[in-house]
Amino acid sequence: MLRALMGLLLLAALMPRPAPADAAAPRFVTVPGGQLVSSLLDGTRTVTVQMAPFAMLEEPVTEAQFAAFLRAHPEWQRGHIAVLFAGPNYLASWLTPTDPGDAQAARRPVTDVSWFAARAYCDSLQAELPSWYQWEYAAAASSSNRDARANMARRNAILAALMHVTGQRPGLIGQRPANVYGLRDLNRLIWEWVSDYGAMFPDVNGDVGSAGSGSVLRLCGGAALAFRDPSDYALAERVAALSMLAPADSSPFVGFRCVRKPGDSP
Amino acid sequence: MKRILATAITLAIGCAALASNAHASPLPAGWTCTPALCGAPQGKPIVEQLLPPPEVPAPITRHYPAKVIVNLEAREVVGTLADGVKYDFYTFNGTVPGPMIRVRVGDTVEIRLKNAHSDHMPHNIDLHAVMGTGGGAANSIVIPGHEGAFEFKALHAGFFVYHCAMAPAAVHIANGMYGAIMVEPADGLPKVDKEFYVMQGEFYTQGAYMQPGLQSLDMTKLLDEQPTYVVFNGRVGSLTGEHALHAKEGQTVRFFFANGGPNLTSSFHMIGGIWNTVWPWGGSNEDHNVQTISVPPGGAVIADMKLVVPGTFMLVDHAAVRMFNKGALGQLVVSGPEQPTLYRALWNRPFAPAGAMPAAASSAH
Repeated sequence: MLRALMGLLLLAALMPRPAPADAAAPRFVTVPGGQLVSSLLDGTRTVTVQMAPFAMLEEPVTEAQFAAFLRAHPEWQRGHIAVLFAGPNYLASWLTPTDPGDAQAARRPVTDVSWFAARAYCDSLQAELPSWYQWEYAAAASSSNRDARANMARRNAILAALMHVTGQRPGLIGQRPANVYGLRDLNRLIWEWVSDYGAMFPDVNGDVGSAGSGSVLRLCGGAALAFRDPSDYALAERVAALSMLAPADSSPFVGFRCVRKPGDSP
Repeated sequence: MKRILATAITLAIGCAALASNAHASPLPAGWTCTPALCGAPQGKPIVEQLLPPPEVPAPITRHYPAKVIVNLEAREVVGTLADGVKYDFYTFNGTVPGPMIRVRVGDTVEIRLKNAHSDHMPHNIDLHAVMGTGGGAANSIVIPGHEGAFEFKALHAGFFVYHCAMAPAAVHIANGMYGAIMVEPADGLPKVDKEFYVMQGEFYTQGAYMQPGLQSLDMTKLLDEQPTYVVFNGRVGSLTGEHALHAKEGQTVRFFFANGGPNLTSSFHMIGGIWNTVWPWGGSNEDHNVQTISVPPGGAVIADMKLVVPGTFMLVDHAAVRMFNKGALGQLVVSGPEQPTLYRALWNRPFAPAGAMPAAASSAH
């Protein structure tokens, strides 16, 4: 009986495993400059930012793309990565340190990665993580409007999309139309690391909070003070989720994409 | 030695100050910490036995302050809001409400909060029984796959709400993330025969009431404070039919009733009953012979009733649309012999008209 079982296991090991899904080359899309009125307050003041044009990855980085990066940069693999740069949950659900074990790896956004690892990936593309304002500016756009944030039906749909994946891993990229810049899946699929997420909120004393401290968001009522429109719940959930993370933390719902100067070769 | 004495005196004065009551109404003994009541925890730490609602942990019989450890886990789950209706709940320990916690005044309570690996959001806990920043919220934020802990001394007896306070708190509470904690006075509450734990909460769904399928939060309804559902213990029918509560004639039952909200004040009432004793607001004052009790969001009440006649008694939010159209309805089935001297049917029959009814005026088209 034991032998039969061993034989089965051996057979299973010898069966050809599906090759890792091919990683599509990351594609950058140019986002023209313009003006952003941020949804986040600076203390009590509204912030208006003049945005320079930038190039942003069309889609969140996929599991397959990140796996290719890990094969080329073993120092960022689970088990090799320095504990300062990643916690025990870093890519913990992956089958092996370089294989997500996901038949849909080419279309699923990578999550469970630390801010440090996300930054290193972008660095490998001669790019960087977007700033919060860059993400916010890009994500404000719908498929027909550069700033669709005031659209209540859209807000509601974004919140519903985020809720409907309770207990599940994120869904697949590309199920919805791109926005006016040609960017996909900025709002409904996952939350995304930004370069300066730790400084997004001044704390109750007006000082810049340290990463992961959450500052004013720690208290139930205090959080309302951080937002220009506290009723944008989907945005508040995103900001809450990001601001609680230390840079070495990872979360099953937090992935990333990269930005760089416009006009650089793809 | 002198210094130790001075410290002891300072401490004693400090504790006495805690015990004094600024308000005119007398504070019953044992409802607030005194140095005698609330010394260092004694005995081995106690791991709180947590039960799903409507079950209540057993009354506390010990007469000394202890260290109590409470293990909670934030879990985002798809659950049942009504027959055929699913919802994406945020919960403590997988139930709405989260389990009732029961400690004694003066206890040192260690709250351990895990956030399940499969969750998406950070969560935390704000217990209204805590004197401390954010009721513990600031020191209990955990991201998925992390755990945190904090400790507090239960200085004031009473029945208190706890809830997740993570931003946006209205969303976390609207998704069911609340529960309650009883801090018993030193000598406990009067003994009763049965205890039940019920929490009211509203749900704001994109589909209409009872529309089947997976429903999610409707932001606009939440902002307008116009819920689709107002329910007890997290779903329509949690306390009716096969889930109805049961008791016997002659028994005294106690409801630990709290309101998670997030927005509506409950008008808590038992159809066909009068509350013999209530502790309004969950505080130390007793009131008697009460019909309906206001229980605000983030508020609670303890309500006792002696059951003197048999029948099915309906637990409701007396804001009538909520009980008829939104689900705020529970049943307490009381078995026992009829008590005709207390309540009986007399007649129901036709009686003769005083005269012919006038004909309706013909309507003009």
